[in-house]
Amino acid sequence: MKNEMEIIFDAVSDNESFARVAVAAFITHLNPTVEEMADIKTAVSEAVTNSIIHGYGNLQGCGRTGRACPPEQKEIHPGKVRISCRLENGILHIEIADTGRGIEDVEKAMEPLYTTRPDLERSGMGFAFMEAFMDDLEVESTPGEGTTVRMVKKIGIGEWIA
Amino acid sequence: MEQIRVGDFKVIDNCLMIRLPEEIDHHGAGLICENADKYLIRDEVQNVIFDFEKTRFMDSSGIGIIMGRYRKISCFGGRVYAIHLDRQIERIFQLSGLNKIVEVLES
Ligand SMILES: Nc1ncnc2c1ncn2[C@@H]1O[C@H](COP(=O)(O)OP(=O)(O)OP(=O)(O)O)[C@@H](O)[C@H]1O
Ligand SMILES: [Mg+2]
Repeated sequence: MKNEMEIIFDAVSDNESFARVAVAAFITHLNPTVEEMADIKTAVSEAVTNSIIHGYGNLQGCGRTGRACPPEQKEIHPGKVRISCRLENGILHIEIADTGRGIEDVEKAMEPLYTTRPDLERSGMGFAFMEAFMDDLEVESTPGEGTTVRMVKKIGIGEWIA
Repeated sequence: MEQIRVGDFKVIDNCLMIRLPEEIDHHGAGLICENADKYLIRDEVQNVIFDFEKTRFMDSSGIGIIMGRYRKISCFGGRVYAIHLDRQIERIFQLSGLNKIVEVLES
């Protein structure tokens, strides 16, 4: 049994809650536990936020809510974030991709507490949470081309509930 | 409406009490910090209490909010407290080491 979905949206902070709620809604029929649901929402939020802030440099408030951009940001990067999900035999495969700046040294970026944006009060825990909350995490990135994060998580009893 | 996203701020004695919103992510984090810092400066409060009673979601953006406020008040001897953590937020506190600098109060 297989089920797939894909969403593509503007890389603005307004879409962060939409992204995690969309993935959560996609898996509800598998009856995930409250904890599994929270794990997946956190992991999705981390990867999407990374694409928005680091991939495209779109800071908080640079969306469609009518708030002015913070002074350090001149214009909104028009880039998109793509999320594709595949459910197969009770296992969720998520891919979150951007075509932004990319990462020079992926291994270093994945170290807990490592951040290139302490000025934005980032804590360098995003990848550490993805790793802790999901069963598998893989990061592929090319500087100047973009970043793709792949995560896997087994959900509930692993049976398809129609 | 704004309160749902930003939370609720109250100064009691030398303590800033922040009732955090339902969801804490990068989108709302900037406004929470801006508001908190306004009170920290204007009322010269010494300590901050983060109340997670209404909070159902938090990602690493929440750590930035708490660490940032901690840095601002700890050099003046201020302390940071947290209350009403659910299981997920407690795990986030442990994984990030926040529980070493923040005193988690029993609810
Ligand atoms: N999609 C991306 N594009 C470009 N750089 C990225 C991307 N994702 C992560 N990075 C880089 O990897 C670093 C570590 O990411 P991580 O999510 O662990 O921490 P952070 O985002 O800096 O802080 P936090 O997630 O705790 O707020 C980032 O500081 C950034 O330099
Ligand atoms: Mg991050």
